[in-house]
Amino acid sequence: MSDADRTATADLTTSGPGTSVARDAAFAGLAPVPGVAKPDPILVVDEVRRSFGGLAAVDVEHLEVQRGAITALIGPNGAGKTTFFNLLTGFDTPNAGRWQFDGRGMSGVAAHEVARHGMVRTFQLTKSLARLTVLDNVMLGATGQRGERLLTSLLRPLWKAQEDDIRARAEDLLVRFKLDHMRDEVAGSLSGGQRKLLEMARALMVRPTMVMLDEPMAGVNPALTQSLLGHVKQLREDGMTVMFVEHDMDVVHDISDWVIVMAEGRVIAEGSPDQISSNDAVIDAYLGAHHDAPLTVDETEQRLAENEAAIESEIEERQDDG
Amino acid sequence: MDWTFIVNTSLTTAFGPQAVVFALAAIGLNVHFGYTGLVNFGQVGFLAVGAYTVAMGVDTFGLSFWLCAFLTIFTASVLALLLGAPTLRLRADYLAIVTIAASEIIRLVLRAARFRETTGGAAGIQNFAGDFFDVNPFSGGRKALTFPGTDVGVTYSANQYWVLLVGWGLVALACLFVYLLVRSPWGRVLKAIREDEDAVRSLGKNVYVYKLQSLAIGGVIGAVGGVVLAVSRQSVTPDSMGTLLTFFAYVALVLGGAARVLGPVLGSIVFFFLSAFVDVALREAIEADVITFLVANEVGIVRNILVGLGLMVLMIYRPQGLIGDKKEVAVSVRR
Repeated sequence: MSDADRTATADLTTSGPGTSVARDAAFAGLAPVPGVAKPDPILVVDEVRRSFGGLAAVDVEHLEVQRGAITALIGPNGAGKTTFFNLLTGFDTPNAGRWQFDGRGMSGVAAHEVARHGMVRTFQLTKSLARLTVLDNVMLGATGQRGERLLTSLLRPLWKAQEDDIRARAEDLLVRFKLDHMRDEVAGSLSGGQRKLLEMARALMVRPTMVMLDEPMAGVNPALTQSLLGHVKQLREDGMTVMFVEHDMDVVHDISDWVIVMAEGRVIAEGSPDQISSNDAVIDAYLGAHHDAPLTVDETEQRLAENEAAIESEIEERQDDG
Repeated sequence: MDWTFIVNTSLTTAFGPQAVVFALAAIGLNVHFGYTGLVNFGQVGFLAVGAYTVAMGVDTFGLSFWLCAFLTIFTASVLALLLGAPTLRLRADYLAIVTIAASEIIRLVLRAARFRETTGGAAGIQNFAGDFFDVNPFSGGRKALTFPGTDVGVTYSANQYWVLLVGWGLVALACLFVYLLVRSPWGRVLKAIREDEDAVRSLGKNVYVYKLQSLAIGGVIGAVGGVVLAVSRQSVTPDSMGTLLTFFAYVALVLGGAARVLGPVLGSIVFFFLSAFVDVALREAIEADVITFLVANEVGIVRNILVGLGLMVLMIYRPQGLIGDKKEVAVSVRR
């Protein structure tokens, strides 16, 4: 990071859209209801549906994502979070619906075009390019590379200078994500957490305006989780919009400005982390209404009695048969 | 047993026209499989297109040989587009199915009696490369080329020397071309697609176009191999374009080391050296009564068994091939 960049970041933390004051102001007074309008939405989704056979995996009526904030998308397994991500990033096609990213209609746009427009995603199961070096992994992320076109690729002088710039940028990112000591190792030799970091660094090479992280903490050891969270916050401080899928409610509470809850394909709640964690409907949907709550003594006794009765009646039936 | 004869015959095969053909076919497959991860089981289809572009162009349509050799680039690219356009958006297996089927369709169509006027049918087309041999700078009968001060070397006819000079020149050119491509950012995208195409897509690259380009480039290199095959024999027949050719090209590629520029060339030379060496050595041993439990007409089978065993041993102890990178193989296995 150059000194100029540092000053720019410092400015952002005291004023401008990226500051926590401005963010809190943006969300202050918003009703915690699904589909609520945001003051400055970067992503607006309307009536997006995707079904697999008879199962409606995603059925989102209206959703807005605030620019420059960290929005968490949570929900139980099978809620359709990843499918929703796939739809938004062009990796899957919806049965119906439309959405706008940064004022531009993005429905039906191919995945690589979505990325070029500034919405870059990572994957739940990290996709490190195992037999490429860590440095090559990151350098691949840069867009508009002259050397990536077939005819110019043959003549090194045509792309050498640009390649050097890209390498310098990639090395800066590797330092920031503390992967610089691994730069010449193949990515397949990295640990799970390091791969998550690598994927994030690679995504940043695209210079995205919005980063979509699919379960960034999944399979990462707890020691690395804090560092990963720090990096996610840093994305916001650098002026990017972050949307991420997560299971862990605690993680969500710690870093997100706004939380969207999905269940069975629908958005069932929206709100600040505090509003969401005290929302009974969310807890019911998220944990299951009764199943996972600890049983009270009365309930336990009642169930025991039911089970005993069932067993006794079965024994009696068998005796009758015998 | 005449060891000089055995070694010389093997060397003559190892650097002969067939080795050139398989080296080119395998260089093409290396672009497909080694660098992009495309499973093309119909490389022989590209060789057939190359061979017949020249043979039919000269014999049927009366074009100049040199023009036809150049046209090969376009005919092979068209085949690549036809095969790739519908399949490269699908999972990798579909390309494998379509390419192996397409190569058989090409062979059977070329063989069909109905098109005998155009393609020569099952008998194929002969004597179309006169223009090429007219400019042959070599003359005279068969000549030996030996290492200075020894009897060890190769023996070819003047026409073969001319084919080999041009042929190995084309191999060198193809290697240089592939080297320039794969060290560039374009090659980096190709290797990334081999690892995980969704990741590449998520970074804003049009994976489909890269795969089409890869299929066309490897196909054209294979088609050039087909031209060398046709010219070296002054003959092309549909049945010389069987699926076995594709798989021998894969053997050469894996033997030498996939995703290495010189892997397929080394693999082709070593493969032909070994199979010729085993073959000639067995025959000599039978003639000299060193081996008494075999007769001469069993040698072909025993040779295939021994070469097959050798390849198995290689795959067990050097899965990366002769010049592959062990680190890369270790990673891909663990994944």
